[in-house]
Amino acid sequence: MGKSVAALRSHRRQIARALCAALIGVGLGWLPAAPARAAEPLEVVITYVTQDEDRVAPLSLLDSLLTDEGLMGARQAITENQTTGRFLGQSYQLKEVLIPKDGDLAAAFKQALGAGQRLFILDLHADQLLQLADLPEAADAVLFNTRAPDDRLRISDCRANLFHIMPSRAMKADALAEYLVWKRWTRWFLLHGTLEPDLAFAAAIERAAKKFGAKIVESRAYEYQATARRTDTGHVQIQRQIPVFTQNAPDYDIAMVADESDIFGEYLPYRLWDARPVAGTQGLIATAWHRANEQWGATQVQRRFQKFAGRWMTERDYTAWLTVRTVGEAVTRTKSADPKTIRDYLRGDQFQVAGFKGEGLTFRKWDQQMRQPILIVGARMLVSVSPQEGFLHQRTPLDTLGYDEPESSCRLQ
Amino acid sequence: MPRLLLLATLGLLASGHAATARTIYVSNEKGNSISIVDGDKLELVQEVKVGQRPRGIVLSKDGKFLYICASDDDTIQILDTASLKLVGQLPSGPDPERMALSPDGAKLYVANEDDNMVTVIDIAGRTVATQIPVGVEPEGVGVSHDGKWIVNTSETTNMAHFINAETAEITDNVLVDQRPRVAEFTSDDAEVWVSSEVGGTVSVIDNRTRKVTHKISFQIPGVPNEALQPVGIKITKDRSKAFVALGPANRVAMIDAKTYEVLDYLLVGQRVWQLAFSPDEKFLYSTNGVSNDISVIDVDAGKVIKSVKVGSYPWGVVVKD
Repeated sequence: MGKSVAALRSHRRQIARALCAALIGVGLGWLPAAPARAAEPLEVVITYVTQDEDRVAPLSLLDSLLTDEGLMGARQAITENQTTGRFLGQSYQLKEVLIPKDGDLAAAFKQALGAGQRLFILDLHADQLLQLADLPEAADAVLFNTRAPDDRLRISDCRANLFHIMPSRAMKADALAEYLVWKRWTRWFLLHGTLEPDLAFAAAIERAAKKFGAKIVESRAYEYQATARRTDTGHVQIQRQIPVFTQNAPDYDIAMVADESDIFGEYLPYRLWDARPVAGTQGLIATAWHRANEQWGATQVQRRFQKFAGRWMTERDYTAWLTVRTVGEAVTRTKSADPKTIRDYLRGDQFQVAGFKGEGLTFRKWDQQMRQPILIVGARMLVSVSPQEGFLHQRTPLDTLGYDEPESSCRLQ
Repeated sequence: MPRLLLLATLGLLASGHAATARTIYVSNEKGNSISIVDGDKLELVQEVKVGQRPRGIVLSKDGKFLYICASDDDTIQILDTASLKLVGQLPSGPDPERMALSPDGAKLYVANEDDNMVTVIDIAGRTVATQIPVGVEPEGVGVSHDGKWIVNTSETTNMAHFINAETAEITDNVLVDQRPRVAEFTSDDAEVWVSSEVGGTVSVIDNRTRKVTHKISFQIPGVPNEALQPVGIKITKDRSKAFVALGPANRVAMIDAKTYEVLDYLLVGQRVWQLAFSPDEKFLYSTNGVSNDISVIDVDAGKVIKSVKVGSYPWGVVVKD
């Protein structure tokens, strides 16, 4: 019963959204046309690929379960590219390939390739990404990873046709580490989940500790199983459980949590045995985007997105938004939608794109990861932005975050 | 004795100066106020409370009114410069940030960041004359001295849009580097200079061909390239010098405006933002957003001579004699 009501609501939302899109279309059409151009407009098609999956409600009731995360960022950016394109005789179109849970991802992707599409936003996990990137038909396509933070995609499993807009786990852990080292909170008590992504983030924290001279005083696994998210009296148990879980630790400055699965990290603040702050995947976090960011004109894009999507912009919305802007920038400057021209331009010295981070964003040539400042945020406010002052690098301070060229086996040409 | 004479002369000079009663107006983005600075004594006289997030400010042609973009109140407030009281508002469209006055003083051109429009305001009628759709996140507005052309920059579209003031139509769109901010015409209207904050350059656009003819870039030993973020631009009438505020580099670049060569980098306060000349162009004032002060630059000497504390997050600056 509850399910059908929810389904109905979601259906209503879809209708409202479709109406909205139609109205926006009308609005755009109504705008006086830019000066007439004789030539046919350059058609630029960007294809957004995602696959449905089982979703678990976020631990905090403040966050809603989103089904269009990423997609709304891409849609928003397409309208912006359209506005710019209007002045240049370029027309942008977003094709959406939304594959059901049991759908054939590779087949749908091949179909899009067969239709001539070559520019792809991939809102997918690492294994799915590699499956698509390695298809012979995709060799001359340009694929953008807007979701998977896996370091291996930037090292041993890097691919020439794959660019990464989402920062890697190592970049995020390093960003956090630089800030904590600046604070001189260098004794870390690592609390990690036991699922694969949790262990991967824990590894990134361990690597960051070594890199920046912090010490992990103890590493402890949270073995409890995931439970129901919504309970009426859950706090009573948790209030007793977390202090017990965190007692008898060696002296430490901050608890570092690695819980990408969102199972226990939110329970830690204010409940640790010791009076210590929490950072990592919960508490103070490192992220490409946050709804609290208002630096460098970000308020404008936050407002635009809120108006457009009816909700906050998430990190995945931001990376999708940034991908469409990145393609738009390459097309605008090269006056071409040819995938090879775009790839060469993105890898070249001329390319940079503004992403409300206070400086131009570029790609690392060896692994095609986008360089970017990383936001350090608490639940409600921006706390800092890394790289921190004083962390120097011969190329750019941004390359102090993540795997630098000498540390990476990847050498893309 | 000669010393006394000298002092007397200086005294005379000073009082002579005071007679012109130079006033510097500074908008304080976070302070929600306008700082009134005595331009002769270079002292803060008063802070006037205004609307929320005041940014762009412009003086009316007769100097009697100061127009203030109160961005978070979605309006332009009118401050009487004699009584220092708010006496009215102009309809601005949402989130007005920067604006420019037409040379005849009759119109204001306002960039509305939130809805991709340039709003043209009829000042006498206090009405919106027209709205012109432009690129994403319109920012800077420059008006040619003959009043025929408006140049608007759009931050996310990365263009300078040339708008025919008479027909209110865009005739040319010139691509510049990332996140363009300020557009400033040379006094002969031959060129428009456009600063790109993220791109780190100033594009010089020929107003006849509408092509970028020069790109000025900056380099300061010991300052990372990312920190060189050009925003405010001012060019002397005789084009002997131009000044460009470089944001978090905490410097103002002094440029030979004929050869485009950077002559010097003047160290000012933190996060230098906007610039304004005194009417005689002997002094240049810069707002320094992070250090909450303005720097005073002697234009001929090319030296910073003083800094004056103002309100919180100083943003815009204009000067009246």
